[in-house]
Amino acid sequence: MKLLTHNMLTSHVKGITKGYPLLIKATEVKVSEVEFNPEFVSRMIPKLEWAALVQAAEGLGHLNDLPVELVPDFEKNEDFLRRVHRVLLEVEVVEGCLRCPESGREFPISRGIPNMLLNEDEV
Amino acid sequence: MEEGKWSVETVKKNKEDKKRLRKEIKVSHTLLRHEGINTVSFPTKKLAVANGGLGNGVSREQLLDVLGRCGHVEALLMPPNKPYAFVTYGTVEDARRCQTSLGGRQLQCQGQTITLYFCFVEKVDYNVYSSAELPPGLKVWEDFVTPEEETGLLESLDWVSLDNDVTAQKSLKHRKVKHYGYEFLYETNNVDIDQLLPGGLPDACDIVLEKCLKENIMNIKPDQLTVNQYQPGQGIPPHVDTHSAFEDTILSLSLGAKTVMDFRHPDGRSVAVLLPRRSLLVMKGECRYLWTHGITPRKLDVVPAVGGQRPGVVTCDPRDLTLSQRDTRTSFTFRKVRHTPCDCAYPSACDSQQPLQDPPGPPLPRSDMDAAHLESRFVHAVYEEIAGHFSGTRHSPWPRVAAFLRSLAPGALLLDAGCGNGKYLGLCPGVFAVGCDRSQSLTQICGERGFQAFTCDALDVPLRSDMCDACISIAVIHHFSTQVRRVSAIKELIRLLKPGGRALISVWALEQEYNKQRSKYLKKTKEENVCPVKDRTATPPPQERSGKGLSLVQNGQTTLSVHTNRTTFSSQDLLVPWHLKGATPKSPEPLAHLTDSVTGPTPGPIFHRYYHVFCEGELEDLCRKVENVTVQSSYYDQGNWCVILEKTDAVASMRGSENELLPSDPLMAAMAK
Repeated sequence: MKLLTHNMLTSHVKGITKGYPLLIKATEVKVSEVEFNPEFVSRMIPKLEWAALVQAAEGLGHLNDLPVELVPDFEKNEDFLRRVHRVLLEVEVVEGCLRCPESGREFPISRGIPNMLLNEDEV
Repeated sequence: MEEGKWSVETVKKNKEDKKRLRKEIKVSHTLLRHEGINTVSFPTKKLAVANGGLGNGVSREQLLDVLGRCGHVEALLMPPNKPYAFVTYGTVEDARRCQTSLGGRQLQCQGQTITLYFCFVEKVDYNVYSSAELPPGLKVWEDFVTPEEETGLLESLDWVSLDNDVTAQKSLKHRKVKHYGYEFLYETNNVDIDQLLPGGLPDACDIVLEKCLKENIMNIKPDQLTVNQYQPGQGIPPHVDTHSAFEDTILSLSLGAKTVMDFRHPDGRSVAVLLPRRSLLVMKGECRYLWTHGITPRKLDVVPAVGGQRPGVVTCDPRDLTLSQRDTRTSFTFRKVRHTPCDCAYPSACDSQQPLQDPPGPPLPRSDMDAAHLESRFVHAVYEEIAGHFSGTRHSPWPRVAAFLRSLAPGALLLDAGCGNGKYLGLCPGVFAVGCDRSQSLTQICGERGFQAFTCDALDVPLRSDMCDACISIAVIHHFSTQVRRVSAIKELIRLLKPGGRALISVWALEQEYNKQRSKYLKKTKEENVCPVKDRTATPPPQERSGKGLSLVQNGQTTLSVHTNRTTFSSQDLLVPWHLKGATPKSPEPLAHLTDSVTGPTPGPIFHRYYHVFCEGELEDLCRKVENVTVQSSYYDQGNWCVILEKTDAVASMRGSENELLPSDPLMAAMAK
């Protein structure tokens, strides 16, 4: 699970009002190189919940000097885009779980794949 | 006991005699009642020997030894499996002597104590059961291997160490078994031709196989060996070796001991065949394909008393039958694995030529909970089981879907809801694609292929709202078993789209023939539904439609029928069989409708997936029940109905009322509350 995917995911446990962002509890994280495409990263940034990305990156120890606030004019800032690229696309959670911030329900991540299925009584 | 003139009145009856007489009366009643044998109260030369039968474990030799003490035995008839016999003496006097002196005599037979009683009979009826012919195609070669070769073959087996990976050793309920070359899978009664066991057949078999080729017993060398070891009392149920698994000729070498194998024709004929030690049984043609063979689990066999070591039919001639103690027998069964479907002349017994048996389907759901359970069993669980095989058949993207994906702007966020093995996730490099699927096995395959995926239900996708530039739902919504759930699945897609975002939905069509074109599904032999199409204008049909051609109604409930693959659909809600190949099911008790009989047609497990196939206009009708959506286009693509939807701004929403119920669907009305 890349952090870009994590940024899209939200808890959907029945009855909760604040299921975002999911807290990552990782037991295995890998960083693998992905070809840098500045346009792609620039286009992704507006779709992100920035605070959630920073929190997730920090939690994994891969903050990569990302600022708490999104910088203006990031499209032209290649150094910044490279750091975002790394956090968004190169850091991957392989094993661990995602924890719902409100209910505490944990969703396991196995071999990079989060299992977000709810039991019958949770839907 | 004192000998004297036979007369009930004059014999001094001591306690023993009284007991014997009481028994004799009882026995004569039993013989009459159960066997229709009339006993008489006056002396004759013939006696029924109660309890002295093969069925009680009394052998001919043992009985003759006792009977001979009272005079010359002219004949001894021992019907198979009966607890009695008939003896004919040379004189009435001898017979009388026998009754009085041997009545109440105890014999030790197979650890049991048998007490003999005698009743006079006037005549003895017996049948020499006629079926004395061997089944066509059966041959028994006597002394096929020498005692030295027998020893060599038996010593080539190692039952002690667990060389499981080489021989797939198993201890079955009634015998020990080892497989060489290919493992015979008892779950499917077949072999997996892709799973060759390392090591091949033991070298000691070469001499046997060479002789088989030389004698033209077989013209192709067997490549599968099953070794069964039977202890006395063990056996194998009657079965026909699965046609699709093995070629015509099947060989079985009997080592260590002889046995009697029972052959049965479907018309009821039954033949017991003695397989002497070191003999080779050859089954071809009718015998191999139509007759069942099996070994009754018992410790004693009924065999001819004269020439009990000779092969061939045990004729059931009661004049010449005795018992033979079983010993440890090891059989080497050589077979040639088949690589093409069987085309034998016995289709009634052939799994390759068997039309599919329709198991009764479950009823159509009446509530949302029913629906969830139906989908859990007939969709989710099935995909988990078939994931590997399914994924192997899903590689080419449908051209229309690929075209939709190519139309997306660079930097778009795409969700494939029901992504399967992820075949659409890697198509567009400039797009960030995420897939989700209900099957964990399939999302794991996506992960292995380097795609972003997660496991969830398409009714409840754990993603932020208004975020995706595009969603695709390919061959997913037809797995939801109520209209409410199908609408919910579309709603969920729309929730995820940002305003202006587009969704492509494709579902299987009821109409597999459209504009006089038969779909590839009807034509092709492969499992992929692909191909170019003619566009259809998005004219909404004038009225709602649904529920066309529902399946049979039983006890007031509509039940799902099983679809015959590659035929037109007979109804909209049905179970579509999936023939699992190349793998054994994951769970010990698969959900497939397996035929458990050894003789049954079981080429591989069959799983049934629930489908609701859409009729023309139905998909668009569903979309109109969803708010904030316009149908951009809809089309028919190789047996599938497809729509491209656009999410409108909430304010601009013009249609899509929840109250628009389908009059023809009472379920919808019931569940919309």
